[in-house]
Amino acid sequence: MPEDKTIQELGLDEYKFGFHDPEDYFFKTPRKGIDPEIVAMISKHKDEPEWMLEFRLKALESFFEKPTPTWGGDLSEMDFDEIYYYIRPMENQGRTWDDVPEDIKNTFEKLGIPQAERESLAGVGAQYESEVVYHSLKEEWEKSGVIFTDMDSGLREHEDVVREYFGKTIPPDDNKFAALNSAVWSGGSFVYVPPGVHIDIPLQAYFRINAENMGQFERTLIIADEGSSVHYIEGCTAPTYTSNSLHSAVVELIAKPNARIRYSTIQNWSLNTYNLVTKRGVAHENATIEWVDGNLGSKLTMKYPAVYLVGEGARGEILSVAYAGDGQHQDAGGKVVHAAPNTSSLITSKSISKGTGRSTYRGLLKVHEGAVGSKSRVECDALLLDEQARTDTYPYIEIEEKKVNTEHEATVSKVGEDQLFYLMSRGLSEEAAIAMVVNGFIEPIAKELPLEYAIELNRLIQMEMEGSVG
Amino acid sequence: MLNIEGLRIEIDGQEIVKGLDMEVGTGEIHAIMGPNGSGKSTLSNVLMGHPRYDVTAGSITFRGEDVFELEADERAKLGMFLAFQYPSEVPGVSVANFLRTAVNSVREKELSPMEMYKLIQEKMKIMQMDPKFAERYLNEGFSGGEKKRNEILQMLMLEPKLAIMDETDSGLDIDALQVVAKGVNELRGPEFSAIVITHYQRILRYIEPDRVHVMLDGRLVTSGGKELADALEEKGYDWVRQEFGAGTHS
Ligand SMILES: Nc1ncnc2c1ncn2[C@@H]1O[C@H](COP(=O)(O)OP(=O)(O)OP(=O)(O)O)[C@@H](O)[C@H]1O
Ligand SMILES: [Mg+2]
Repeated sequence: MPEDKTIQELGLDEYKFGFHDPEDYFFKTPRKGIDPEIVAMISKHKDEPEWMLEFRLKALESFFEKPTPTWGGDLSEMDFDEIYYYIRPMENQGRTWDDVPEDIKNTFEKLGIPQAERESLAGVGAQYESEVVYHSLKEEWEKSGVIFTDMDSGLREHEDVVREYFGKTIPPDDNKFAALNSAVWSGGSFVYVPPGVHIDIPLQAYFRINAENMGQFERTLIIADEGSSVHYIEGCTAPTYTSNSLHSAVVELIAKPNARIRYSTIQNWSLNTYNLVTKRGVAHENATIEWVDGNLGSKLTMKYPAVYLVGEGARGEILSVAYAGDGQHQDAGGKVVHAAPNTSSLITSKSISKGTGRSTYRGLLKVHEGAVGSKSRVECDALLLDEQARTDTYPYIEIEEKKVNTEHEATVSKVGEDQLFYLMSRGLSEEAAIAMVVNGFIEPIAKELPLEYAIELNRLIQMEMEGSVG
Repeated sequence: MLNIEGLRIEIDGQEIVKGLDMEVGTGEIHAIMGPNGSGKSTLSNVLMGHPRYDVTAGSITFRGEDVFELEADERAKLGMFLAFQYPSEVPGVSVANFLRTAVNSVREKELSPMEMYKLIQEKMKIMQMDPKFAERYLNEGFSGGEKKRNEILQMLMLEPKLAIMDETDSGLDIDALQVVAKGVNELRGPEFSAIVITHYQRILRYIEPDRVHVMLDGRLVTSGGKELADALEEKGYDWVRQEFGAGTHS
């Protein structure tokens, strides 16, 4: 069946063991830890304009000033001095597949990138370590003025646009991790869609952390100009390592009037990763921003994609699904700010916890005075696979306007004995029965993803469940 | 086909089935009638391998195999099927997806997607179900009658050797009752046995039983031909109670 092929193409069968290429880098920061010298070195190495260096250094100050947040997951074991902040796998961007070094190619092979190409998927931006090494974009888009490139090249080749938007949606002092990313960011994607252009095949990028103790601080900026639309997909897998590693990305989206951006992520980090990501989009008049967010793996994930509805009639949607297995904490949710009349939002959060896994829904809904006629709905559902598993819900709601309509609904369910018996009486093994209940539970989110990603999501969750059983 | 000997079942330390013997031959249809709480569903669940019950004595042999150690899915693969009195809901899982997974689980060789599609269409037609039903989430928001039809649809898809139908006729209107009976009669043949649990002799007019048993307080207290069902419907259970002295716990 074609579905099975896709799974193999994605190399997910091998994922459990975490494939690992020999570390062979042209550049590695001389030491772990972070200070202005390292930040300056990163900037110099990338040959950046002066303003970016200033931006980075200022951000670093914020990072040092801000205390590590204590309101969410447990970050007490996070040691910022034990991390490499920049590693560059090869001197130049691979313009064509032939330029890409062999071991990196092997990794892509395992991740299925060349196949994805062959299947004429939109464009491929694959991040290996801190740097995008391979990038291609279909010609027809180049003709219509679409920019899809890595953030470093974006800065070099489209400095004016980058300067206008970079760090505006998520200022460096927004939070400690946004500050860190702003100081040491490397890689990520830069996308600009001109007015009226609709990209109907999802743009996709794959990320992987490879070097031990290496942080990955990619930075993505997507601008959809008036009346345009784009779907960006980020897939993430990481090999398994023993010491803590940190992933701290920043993603900024700007949807101009009548534009539409959908940003889908499936992340599957190795179990020692701290995944602390700041994602935020601004939707102008009648624009739509949708986050579809799947969080698997990691030791701790703290991620709350946000939409600021700043123009009348803007719409935001956040769909998130999290799986917390043994020893994992998924602290996820969403934030919506209604700052204009007749805006609407929907947050759907689904979490699955198993064993000592813990999932937290943390959400903020804010309606400013004057955002009359706005509508918002928050639905969070938790599924517990056994007695130990834990879930909590922290929905913060601040409403300053009376003429609005908000709904909040939260459910907690368990995989019931009778439900399992019912499925097993039809010939399904216990694991297959649990998988079926879980897949059904996340169906509302899976159906929003392109087929191969929906299959990947189901399959990843299944693997996680098998992993924690064995 | 099925042989039950001296079966005793407890739940939470309380004995529900208190020594039950029953034999269902190949190709036979047996009916079990009995008042509420007499243990019919308990027996059905245990036959299918529900983990919550404790079998404290006796044996269940199906097609020559002692099924005591077998999980529900293994029993299904042997050819047992239970049409539930209260089928569970499984949100997000479509009927079609469920049927596909189930059929491919019990079969040795998987069906191709095309074969599967045709099979589902064919069986849904027999059950007079709208094809749109296949895309609905399993039992979610189904009416009582729709759930029962769906149970029989699953039975037709899985083609069991022994079907236990726990009050499949309850809550059905006359038309639905006939459809359900038609479904069962589809499978009827020398290789198919069934235990039909019911409170009403009406369904037994459409599915003619070879034997009728009366269950009272965890035992089969009397058995007979289908005329026994008529007598029960007419006179209620009181005469059985008087005659067989049930109600006292031993
Ligand atoms: N989980 C349970 N815990 C305690 N008692 C139970 C449990 N399940 C069943 N029982 C009891 O066992 C007895 C038999 O129940 P069962 O459901 O088998 O009856 P039944 O004959 O199917 O009744 P009905 O005709 O109403 O369907 C009842 O008294 C019931 O309360
Ligand atoms: Mg019953």
